[in-house]
Amino acid sequence: MIRVEEPPFDVGAELGAFGRNDIAVGAVASFVGYVRGTEAGAPLVALTLEHYPGMTERQLAAIEAEARTRWPLKDVLVIHRHGRMLPGEPIVLVAVSSAHRQAAFEACQFLMDWLKTKAPFWKLEETAEGTQWVDAKASDDDAADRWRKDAP
Amino acid sequence: MKLRYFAWLRTRIGRGEEMLDPPAEVATVAALVAWLATLGPGYAAALAEPKLVRVAVNQDYVGPDHPVRRGDEIALFPPVTGG
Repeated sequence: MIRVEEPPFDVGAELGAFGRNDIAVGAVASFVGYVRGTEAGAPLVALTLEHYPGMTERQLAAIEAEARTRWPLKDVLVIHRHGRMLPGEPIVLVAVSSAHRQAAFEACQFLMDWLKTKAPFWKLEETAEGTQWVDAKASDDDAADRWRKDAP
Repeated sequence: MKLRYFAWLRTRIGRGEEMLDPPAEVATVAALVAWLATLGPGYAAALAEPKLVRVAVNQDYVGPDHPVRRGDEIALFPPVTGG
């Protein structure tokens, strides 16, 4: 399931409920991304996530579908927020369930790596100095490239 | 066609979306980006480094040779930074 939404979500409630209605689930792996309170040593006031409504959901659904072709997953949950958020608030949650741990661990990492480089979100940092768009990181491209089918 | 701009492309161009009717010879993504850069100083500043510009046609990523057609929704944006 893909959810793109503005309000903060309850990490404990989401993870507590995930995968509990399927007796075949033996493993749940999850990742939660939070707003850091400092960026390059300077205090961060807020982070605003802009996105491309429509394309965001479409890309996330495609990433989920790709994960399901690669691993035997029981369920997938991706929650990604947009709008203005404060330090300490959750930005993104990815959870996957499977019969066994390896598929769950790998698929969770894959989903985050591909989401980072394909889902159309952009971060705007707000500090006492003003606002600045965050630059994409080459290390994120490298992380996503690891999952290419033709990679060594 | 409908153009959409996001993040710093939006702020440099000064709007999030607009309807444009490029000349008939603008048939590919690369030609469209080159034509947009001639529309004014904001466009020129936003598109000064074409390799930093990602393009989606009808909400799918495409390369510079992809055709553009009347009726398409074409989005230009910087490399994504979500997650």
